[in-house]
Amino acid sequence: MSAFQGTADRDDFNRLGYGDGARGRLNTADHAAGELASKRIIVGYGFWIFLLSDIIMFSAFFASYAVLVGATAGGPSGSELFDLRNTGIETACLLLSSFTCGIASIGARTHRGAWFYGAMTATFMLGAAFLSLEVREFGDLVARGAGPTRSAFLSAFFTLVGCHGLHVTAGLLWLSTMMAQVFAKGYRADILRRILCFSLFWHTLDIIWVALFSMVYLMGAST
Amino acid sequence: MSHFEQTRDPGNADTAPGDEHLDGHETAEGVDSYLIGLGLATLLTIVSFFIARTTLVWTPSIPVALAVLAIAQMGVHLVFFLHITTGPDNVNNVLALAFGVLIVLLLIAGSLWIMAHLNENMMSMDRIMQMQH
Amino acid sequence: MLGKLSWAAVPLDQPIPLIAAALVGVMIIGVLGWITLKGWLPYLWREWITSVDHKRIGIMYILLAMVMLLRGFVDALMMRSQQALALHSQGYLPPEHYNQIFSAHGTLMIFFVAMPFVSGLMNFVAPLQLGVRDVAFPTLNSVGFWLTATGALLVNISLVVGEFARTDWLPYPPLSELAYSPGVGVDYYLWSIEISGVGTLLSGVNLVTTVLKMHAPGMTYMRMPMFCWTTLASNLLIVAAFPILTATLAMLLLDRYLGFHFFTNEAGGNVMMFMNLIWAWGHPEVYILVLPAFGVFSEVFSTFSRKPLFGYRSMVMATMAICILSFTVWLHHFFTMGAGADVNAIFGIASMIIAVPTGVKIFNWLFTMYGGRVAYSTAMLWSIGFMITFVIGGVTGVLLAVPPADFVLHDSLFLVAHFHNVLIGGLLFGAFAGYSYWFPKAFGFRLHEGLGKASFWCWVIGFYVAFMPLYVLGLMGMPRRMQHYDVPAWRPWLLIAAGGAVIILAGIILQIAQLAVSIRMREALRDRTGDPWDGRSLEWSTPSPPPAFNFAVLPRVEGEEAYWRIKQRARQRAKLGEEPSYTEIEMPRNSATGFICAFFATFMGFALIWHIWWMVALAAFGAYATFVAFAWRDRVEDIIPANAVARIDRANRSARGEVLAGLQVAQ
Repeated sequence: MSAFQGTADRDDFNRLGYGDGARGRLNTADHAAGELASKRIIVGYGFWIFLLSDIIMFSAFFASYAVLVGATAGGPSGSELFDLRNTGIETACLLLSSFTCGIASIGARTHRGAWFYGAMTATFMLGAAFLSLEVREFGDLVARGAGPTRSAFLSAFFTLVGCHGLHVTAGLLWLSTMMAQVFAKGYRADILRRILCFSLFWHTLDIIWVALFSMVYLMGAST
Repeated sequence: MSHFEQTRDPGNADTAPGDEHLDGHETAEGVDSYLIGLGLATLLTIVSFFIARTTLVWTPSIPVALAVLAIAQMGVHLVFFLHITTGPDNVNNVLALAFGVLIVLLLIAGSLWIMAHLNENMMSMDRIMQMQH
Repeated sequence: MLGKLSWAAVPLDQPIPLIAAALVGVMIIGVLGWITLKGWLPYLWREWITSVDHKRIGIMYILLAMVMLLRGFVDALMMRSQQALALHSQGYLPPEHYNQIFSAHGTLMIFFVAMPFVSGLMNFVAPLQLGVRDVAFPTLNSVGFWLTATGALLVNISLVVGEFARTDWLPYPPLSELAYSPGVGVDYYLWSIEISGVGTLLSGVNLVTTVLKMHAPGMTYMRMPMFCWTTLASNLLIVAAFPILTATLAMLLLDRYLGFHFFTNEAGGNVMMFMNLIWAWGHPEVYILVLPAFGVFSEVFSTFSRKPLFGYRSMVMATMAICILSFTVWLHHFFTMGAGADVNAIFGIASMIIAVPTGVKIFNWLFTMYGGRVAYSTAMLWSIGFMITFVIGGVTGVLLAVPPADFVLHDSLFLVAHFHNVLIGGLLFGAFAGYSYWFPKAFGFRLHEGLGKASFWCWVIGFYVAFMPLYVLGLMGMPRRMQHYDVPAWRPWLLIAAGGAVIILAGIILQIAQLAVSIRMREALRDRTGDPWDGRSLEWSTPSPPPAFNFAVLPRVEGEEAYWRIKQRARQRAKLGEEPSYTEIEMPRNSATGFICAFFATFMGFALIWHIWWMVALAAFGAYATFVAFAWRDRVEDIIPANAVARIDRANRSARGEVLAGLQVAQ
């Protein structure tokens, strides 16, 4: 370290009173930053950042919906169209599926097949139930002449809720692929990382659904 | 033990988002967190549905109540399902979330504010189209 | 069977696009033929196309950017010549064609020149500066690059098959709606941007994770080079802003394809909402472009003034402030749309506030130079040129941020001059500075300095001659996008501007010459040690070009300017540090996933544009299958044996040892 002392004041060239981080204290946040993180943390964090971008995309659709919610062009509005009983069942399905997804991650972590496969299957069934209810709702609306081409409000509604539904569909595809991978290759480290990403995804979809059922369905129905 | 991939590296203070913070003393492998989350979320959902249709609450406050309940439920999900905490091992995760939330708020509030003013000041499209015929 | 596609899509009756397409076709076939005859295809496939190495991907990004710069610049030459000619005349470009040209010019320059250039620089440099072996998600990096290339390819295909959008680089409705743009042009634009937008987003996620979670041991956040901080800020903006673009263009696509009513004139659509949302993306976008350029300047000013960067902490805070503030100013792009004085005032003030952190940065760079021993290399010349040019552009920006002034100047040539001023002076000069600065690191030999300086002077002089008249024209009232005009007073200025474009052309030709000559003279220009500029950050501690694994042993970082400390210590002790103990290194395997996904994406995009639905389904399935195949891999890494690592490192150490010995002798 003696070689450094000679260059010490060269470090603070601009005489600003700091410069040699080596003499500074390292607190935990610094320490955490000063390393190459483990693969699980890197993958998890990267997916977390991607999810944030996805949330922002939803918020752009949300902003459109909020702006266009009154643009019914003489057609039906939310209060005439929304069936809260249906929404309630959809909400229950998705919330329960978040719970079963949590159980599945415990199963993956502890390598318990019964927990993992059982809970993943339950998650799939609940997600599929949610989707079929939503598809039925959409079909119903279209049949009543309240499809997305009827007005700007309906365009925004179908897009916002439909985008969420598309994400759920992608999630179900992913879920089945994950079950297949565990079945074929066991609880390998990289597969466990993907399961972590899947569970992040699935929980986030439920968080978005909370915003949707509150601000779109309940708010729409209560006006 | 059962903490296969999730044991913290000895030198590393961070936790991946979504990972449980395990100390080896969980009951029934950590189901607690999910059970509490499910219970709270269910409660908040039922209250939301009730509030939307009830006349017991002052009607103009319903949208605000719904928003507050929604935010609370999102928080329940974040804490109990996604295990986001305020500990030093979660700083990066929370900061990223905060950044995202900030952008979402700016975008939605900003758009609503701007569009409200634009819609107020500018002639509506169907009137413009009428004028063209 | 083939949707809307038919032979009528090829513009057989329009000579200019046909000739252009023929020329390009000949060049492509020529290049491909030459590569095949020389037997380079297997090498290119193995080492470049399927590479997941961040350095190779960075170089390919920059290559894409430079090729697209040529196409975009040709568009510019056509625009300038048309406007020089078209007083009381139709010029030589009919309106339908002229509109496509300025739309393609803007689209290409922003999405396929500027973005790939900065992406390439960040991808190449950031892991090296952080002291790690690769980015967080190497294969995803490859996918991102190839999807960007897909977008560029689709825009270029529109020249030959169909048409391009006539709606400028941001497709405002109702013009961009199906009712008023029934052709495929807007669809080409939309799908190309949506696809490449996915690529950009992946790149954003990748670099944010890399900068936040992958550091050499001991490199805390406050010890990172400034370029890494601007990489972080720029990519945070990408992650936050690009989803808005994706959503907004998706809404326009839904209107056009499925009859939705987001932005239509009927059924309650709200045209103004498009502008609101698209600029909520559009403003952060320009900061996405310019922040990495600021990072380049921080590195260049510091290295060529032989001083540490002045005010590191304030630079970091300024960068992160710009990152957040860039989301609070977007309405200044549509002051005149009618939001009213209150809203305009708030956003106008916010737009002025955001100039402050940039000013902080300018002063810090100036103070970095002050008291240093400045070396005027090509990179430094670009940086000084930036300093002056960008400040002028920034000042005109603050002027435009005043709503009453903007009401006079909005969408005039004053605005065009302003944004070119900041984009060329800021982003492009920064890109060229970075290119000159890191070229030796990438390829092992320096660029010819004389030709570099000559091209710099042509660019700078050409820029001022081309764009200062536009400020005058804007103040005289000339709007943008005019295919012809009948105000004689404007013409002299447009002629001068056309002259400026020709001077810039000379600059570009000199840059091409510089590259050719440098390759020819590469032995004379060889960078033997890996540190041609006496650099201060870790990338200069590697050989040039760095091996696949970057560092034989990850460096231990003990303070800011990690490499400078290592060098000073070596100079003081008159010998290199101890030879490390070499171990084998695992590197991610190359993968064709990126290229194959992009292949399917190209077909999917083309099929969506022309309504060939069976092809869409097939291509979508192909892309999904590629991902699943990639996910099913068992072997994901290759092992580089310890003796190979040792051999490469020892060669570099001996070259550096020679230079060190030479220094001692000289003393």
